[in-house]
Amino acid sequence: MASKPIAVLKEDGTTVKSRDPGFDDETVLRIHRWLVAARAFDERALNLQRQGRIGFFAPAIGQEAAQVGSALAVDDRDWLFPAYRELAVALVRGMPMLALAGQLFGNQADVNKGRQMPNHYGYRDINFVTPSSPIGTHIIHATGWAVAERMKGGDGVAMTYFGDGATSSNDFHTGMNFAGVYQAPVIFLCQNNGWAISLPVERQTAAETLADKALGYGVPGVRVDGNDVLAMYTATKEAVERARRGEGPTFIEALTYRMGPHSSSDDPTRYRSTQEVAGWQLRDPLLRFRRYLEQRGIWDDQKEEALWADVREEIAEAVKAAEAAEPVPVSSLFDDIYETPTPQLEAQRAALLEEYRQRKELGEMGHFEGEFPL
Amino acid sequence: MAVMTLIQAVNDALRFEMERDPRVVVLGEDVGINGGVFRATEGLFGAHGTGRVIDTPLNESGIIGMALGMSLNGLIPVAEIQFADFIWPAFDQMTSEVAKFRYKSGAQFTASMVVRTPYGGGIRGGHYHSQSIESYFIHTPGIKVVVPSTPADARGLLLSAIRDPDPVLFLEPKAIYRKAKGEVPDGDVTVPLGTARTVREGKDLTLVAWGAMIPVCEAAADRAAEQGMAVEILDLRTLVPLDEEAIVHSVARTGRCVIVHEAVLTGGFGGEIAALLAEQALLYLEAPVVRVAGYDVPFPYSLEGLYMPDDFRVWNAIKRVMDF
Repeated sequence: MASKPIAVLKEDGTTVKSRDPGFDDETVLRIHRWLVAARAFDERALNLQRQGRIGFFAPAIGQEAAQVGSALAVDDRDWLFPAYRELAVALVRGMPMLALAGQLFGNQADVNKGRQMPNHYGYRDINFVTPSSPIGTHIIHATGWAVAERMKGGDGVAMTYFGDGATSSNDFHTGMNFAGVYQAPVIFLCQNNGWAISLPVERQTAAETLADKALGYGVPGVRVDGNDVLAMYTATKEAVERARRGEGPTFIEALTYRMGPHSSSDDPTRYRSTQEVAGWQLRDPLLRFRRYLEQRGIWDDQKEEALWADVREEIAEAVKAAEAAEPVPVSSLFDDIYETPTPQLEAQRAALLEEYRQRKELGEMGHFEGEFPL
Repeated sequence: MAVMTLIQAVNDALRFEMERDPRVVVLGEDVGINGGVFRATEGLFGAHGTGRVIDTPLNESGIIGMALGMSLNGLIPVAEIQFADFIWPAFDQMTSEVAKFRYKSGAQFTASMVVRTPYGGGIRGGHYHSQSIESYFIHTPGIKVVVPSTPADARGLLLSAIRDPDPVLFLEPKAIYRKAKGEVPDGDVTVPLGTARTVREGKDLTLVAWGAMIPVCEAAADRAAEQGMAVEILDLRTLVPLDEEAIVHSVARTGRCVIVHEAVLTGGFGGEIAALLAEQALLYLEAPVVRVAGYDVPFPYSLEGLYMPDDFRVWNAIKRVMDF
């Protein structure tokens, strides 16, 4: 049943007064900064990839409002189980830009120790669980964490992010079903951005809406205008409070649009029209929030320009510091498979280090580029 | 000390650990009020209730994935997969997630959990109730693989597995769940992972085996002894991390090795051990390393008796190797 999506902030920047969360000026300015920072970081990262300085990047262009709004609704008690496109969530929750940039370069600036390709940033201090590449596998982890939280008598909630494509995955089914059965305090935040690489959502499922799927699991499903920060905040906050009160999980379908490519390896012109993209560009969540600031009388062109310059400067510093960090040591290949490396791993480590020394001596680096400490 | 069967020892280990550490929880299908289809979790629900003993919906990926999520929140889950043959829906969770959580996150997040499951044939269950699954997980860095063959080892190894900071796959040889009986120390007595056990000493040939193949090896070694051959039996107990030293030291002394496993021959762990011996013990070998293993066919139902390695087949292999 296609119910009207929850909306608060209209395209012209005015709000539905009865649903306005009533943020003060300081808060809305902070929100705007996060929106701009996410967009600017995406642009910078795509540039880095085009220049060959990082290998890959998956931008979240167009989805900033869905991410910022929802991320505002959780706090330090809560754990986040993202997929690989939740840059704005990470920023709101406090992931240092250096850590984000570090993960893109995969060097010692990456707290994940350069183990994965870009976009797989995780950060323990903010309970932002390192994602993996398989789609949907993290959804059941969020449910498991939430079940444990109830068993421990805690009041934290889990929030997991994923896209429309992931709702077809095995572990979406798994995570939703278990959450319904155990009434787990978990928020399923689905960013329906219209596309799973080249497959449009209409061909991802025959369900009329993604929120309808929740019904089958006994989980309430709500649809929200994903390009409306205020609606995303209020809907997520409501779901979070429900969960904290022990009233169980919620599925939120955030209706948004993937304005950019799936990734730097993707050319969307192969499968969707430029008119479609142009239409959504007119509804850019950043434009809408900017109009909101102007409606509140606290923004203008100069402030916008100054903000972008400031944010780009912050990003530039983080990128510079991250890129300059040392590569990961060769020896680290054998760490963290187990808490303590096995004798076999130690033997393999010694063999590789010896080979590495030999290669360097003979100038036989093969396809291995760069200067790596041992 | 008490005399227990292997399944009773598993149950006792769970009981002991749940009493000792409030973070330990049990989950799986039919593990609660039913006590597990093999009674592995008997009594735990009565003692601890739904707060710590959880019946899950019918979804193995969910059992493993939920356990992982629980471990991220500080619990120590012991997940049961009802039959090893049903672990495949959870293969993605096991290999993409459980095995890689510490690694992919640079040790920021770790999956400390045990997955225990009955494996192997001997109960006329056919190929969906009899598989030996170890190779798939031995081949996945990040998971420890443990296989007890005695009640004492079952209890001691399970205690160690539950306390291990890494994910452990605990394979229980169901053929000897009740046939294996023995003295089991009570209290806080652990058997360390990564250490093999010399079941019997002998100078002529080493049998390397694990799980339900240990009593098979003992019977074969008895036959050999009647013919004046002294056969050494090494129970690996842990497949990953492997006690390579124990294998190499034994074969360095005996010069002959027969590896026995129920699992399919091709891609089976016996090949790995044979390669190890070729690399590290070549000059000690008096004969080729021979494997007695399951045929490269799905585990049979009607022909099960001819599939499972038994003392006759192992004795034939011993003779071939001794006669080389």
